[in-house]
Amino acid sequence: MGLSRLDNLYRQVILDHSEHPHHHGTLDGATSDIELRNPTCGDVLQLQLELEDDKIKDIAFSGEGCTISQASASMMTDAVLGKTVAQADNMVEVFSELIVGDKEVNTDILEDAAVLEGVKQFPARIKCAMLAWKALHKALASDDHTAEIGELHSHDSKEGD
Amino acid sequence: MAKQLKTIKSDFPILDQKVNDEPLVYLDNAATTQKPKAVVEALDHYYYTDNSNVHRGVHTLAERATEQFEAARQKIADFINAPAKKNILFTRGTTQGLNWIAASYGEANVHEGDEIVISYMEHHSNLVPWQQLALEKKAVLKYIKMNDDGTLDMADAKQQITDKTKIVSIAHVSNVLGVVNPIKELAAIAHEHGAIMVGDGAQSTPHMAVDVQDLDVDFYAFSGHKMLGPTGIGVLYGKTEILEAMAPIEFGGEMIDFVDLYQSSWKELPWKFEAGTPDISGAIGLGAAVDYLNEIGMDNIQQHEQDIVNYVLPKLLAIEDLEVYGPADPSKHTGVIAFNLKGLHPHDLATALDMEGVAVRAGHHCAQPLMKYLAVPATARASFYLYNDLQDADRLVDAILAAKEFFKHGSI
Repeated sequence: MGLSRLDNLYRQVILDHSEHPHHHGTLDGATSDIELRNPTCGDVLQLQLELEDDKIKDIAFSGEGCTISQASASMMTDAVLGKTVAQADNMVEVFSELIVGDKEVNTDILEDAAVLEGVKQFPARIKCAMLAWKALHKALASDDHTAEIGELHSHDSKEGD
Repeated sequence: MAKQLKTIKSDFPILDQKVNDEPLVYLDNAATTQKPKAVVEALDHYYYTDNSNVHRGVHTLAERATEQFEAARQKIADFINAPAKKNILFTRGTTQGLNWIAASYGEANVHEGDEIVISYMEHHSNLVPWQQLALEKKAVLKYIKMNDDGTLDMADAKQQITDKTKIVSIAHVSNVLGVVNPIKELAAIAHEHGAIMVGDGAQSTPHMAVDVQDLDVDFYAFSGHKMLGPTGIGVLYGKTEILEAMAPIEFGGEMIDFVDLYQSSWKELPWKFEAGTPDISGAIGLGAAVDYLNEIGMDNIQQHEQDIVNYVLPKLLAIEDLEVYGPADPSKHTGVIAFNLKGLHPHDLATALDMEGVAVRAGHHCAQPLMKYLAVPATARASFYLYNDLQDADRLVDAILAAKEFFKHGSI
């Protein structure tokens, strides 16, 4: 089989996002600040949100990670910027269903992130794609949206939480 | 040698398969090794014909199970040249062995202001138990530095180990850098200062002849599954006088001599440390693994792996943009080789190699302080064993080159 199958994983748009990630950095006016780690590969992601009137007014991420996790974070920030908390949470669910679920989902709302569907064929890499979305979900779910540090576990990827 | 290394692959049925349509090249032996038919058959035989609990009961099966279980202990004692089988405690693995030392010997002998000395290249299992013991006892945890090539800085070791040091605990072989640490020399320094020497043998025992008496270590821990044995069984070696003075960590059946309502006494060594029904089949399987390794000879295995390193390390070092960690000199490097392709996360590299049928590890290898020391978030790691050959080494090099090409030019 060789590396040709990798084309399904490393689509050009994914490589572009990884190389030139959008919303990479930190926010001055962050209202949420979360760090999520993937202990199996050492990836670490810091996600900051600025929420105003129930909307994601600004978003930024930083940290260390592989091509898939960096691209996924970049795509996620593009997709959820300007959305309400409920809309963003719904996008997390749609993305999760796309990557680990077996239902057909309408992926239009995910924008570029829909291309990550190819990760499905690489079970070992699902956690990489999920990391940023998990972080977003945790940030939106926590009461004060601040300073949480979490770890992503292998069994997490199929749960809503 | 009785067995030819070139025919060894056929003893490992798992290696004869395709992964992602490519013939499997298994290079994740530092994580766990594959099992030869002889080991799986020993487990089968035990469960199909002899299964029973040990050290109790007078019936024939119980006698057979006990005899095989204790025979395995003797084989392991001989394998590392322990003075007797009472020096061999069965554990779950290296991690449990090291935790036992910290929980019992450490608990009794380390006090406020005392020092525990380890190194920056330790696996978490030889780091966190000492770190927690130091925190609990208000003791000082000290780290021996490394030289630029990843070898242990012995001049610094002499500085770090002082009269306040109670325990020195060092990996015999690094699970990332592939270096062999001078345990015998370290033990001599530790003993000069009245400290005990603990050797973490997880990455050494499977790959080289280990003589615990020659090394003069006080404790030595290793895992069965990294040396062709089953998962769930490991060994802690200890010197007789230390084990005799050491309190049991767990209490229950199997380990008691006499139980009264308000006090109990313990069995003699080694059983006073083995509370509850032990991993009988695991011990017997490990005994079969030791037989298999002995048949080939540990010196032959070490030479075979050295031949592979001599062949593959220069090839890896010659790949532009591939950073290889640990010594560049093959004679200082065992079959554990960590590397990173510039500009590519090791996780992406490992996926690409997997598509080529080459199984390697990517991550922090349970050595986060070492990753920090090397200033990398993670690395890829190939680790060789007796069933690997030069063709496997070529497949690794070719797969890295293909991955490099793929990610350089992008796709679609």
